[in-house]
Amino acid sequence: MKQDIFQAIADPTRRAILTLITIQALTPNAMAEKFDMSRQAVSKHIKVLHECELIKAEQSGREIYYHFNAKKMQEFDNWLAQFRQNWETQFNQLDKVLSTIKGQKK
Amino acid sequence: MNNHLLFDFNVDKAAKTVFITREFDAELPLVWDAFTKQEILDQWAAPAPMQCKTKYMNFKVGGRRFYAMISPEGQERWIIQEYTSITPKTNFKLYNSFADKDETPELPGSEWDHNFSEQNGITTVSITIFNESAERMEKLYEGFRQGYTVMLTNLEKLLATLSQKL
Repeated sequence: MKQDIFQAIADPTRRAILTLITIQALTPNAMAEKFDMSRQAVSKHIKVLHECELIKAEQSGREIYYHFNAKKMQEFDNWLAQFRQNWETQFNQLDKVLSTIKGQKK
Repeated sequence: MNNHLLFDFNVDKAAKTVFITREFDAELPLVWDAFTKQEILDQWAAPAPMQCKTKYMNFKVGGRRFYAMISPEGQERWIIQEYTSITPKTNFKLYNSFADKDETPELPGSEWDHNFSEQNGITTVSITIFNESAERMEKLYEGFRQGYTVMLTNLEKLLATLSQKL
């Protein structure tokens, strides 16, 4: 199953990885070193981040570098903005309904 | 219409929780009814141009509201809201999940908690949505998305917020 982006960023290590690679693309080995983690543990985090497209892989010679995918994060924020907008629209509708019912009672 | 009614919307991405607070210019029993009675819910509980239509609703613990969000093109998205706790005129909780038209849920869903309070004729409703899934919500709004203004959040700011939560 495709990873949920909420799930992906719920983890502090994954957030730290994202923060780090916004500055500079990194190889899995470099990440393991920076976070003092096993290569296996790093691979797991990379898999999650990659599946929800928050990071992109780029091959450079024999190494794979992971980049931050800013576009995906923007999509996510757009979605949140849309979600907020929907609630706002519904509540404005409810204001009208409430005022109609109040009018009928008088 | 009162334009000074509070609307607050916060997302804690790390905790996967959405916090919504809204004030209404009406007394609590009426606002309570608006959230718990099918005939009123159907008048407002889908953002225009979408409409909602409740197939059936049984507002009691263990009961459900089974309803559809309908797009202007007639596309239907079914939703089950199962009531898990009710304290009349104070609080109710439900479990929200998408479903097919035969009421088969698409799990996992999300937990919604509603709190009601009144002061000087203004009723405040606070809603907490826990475990909302972006992917599921995206499915709902697919096809309904045209024409909205894109709000681009500054990436630096976002990451600063995220790292504060570390």
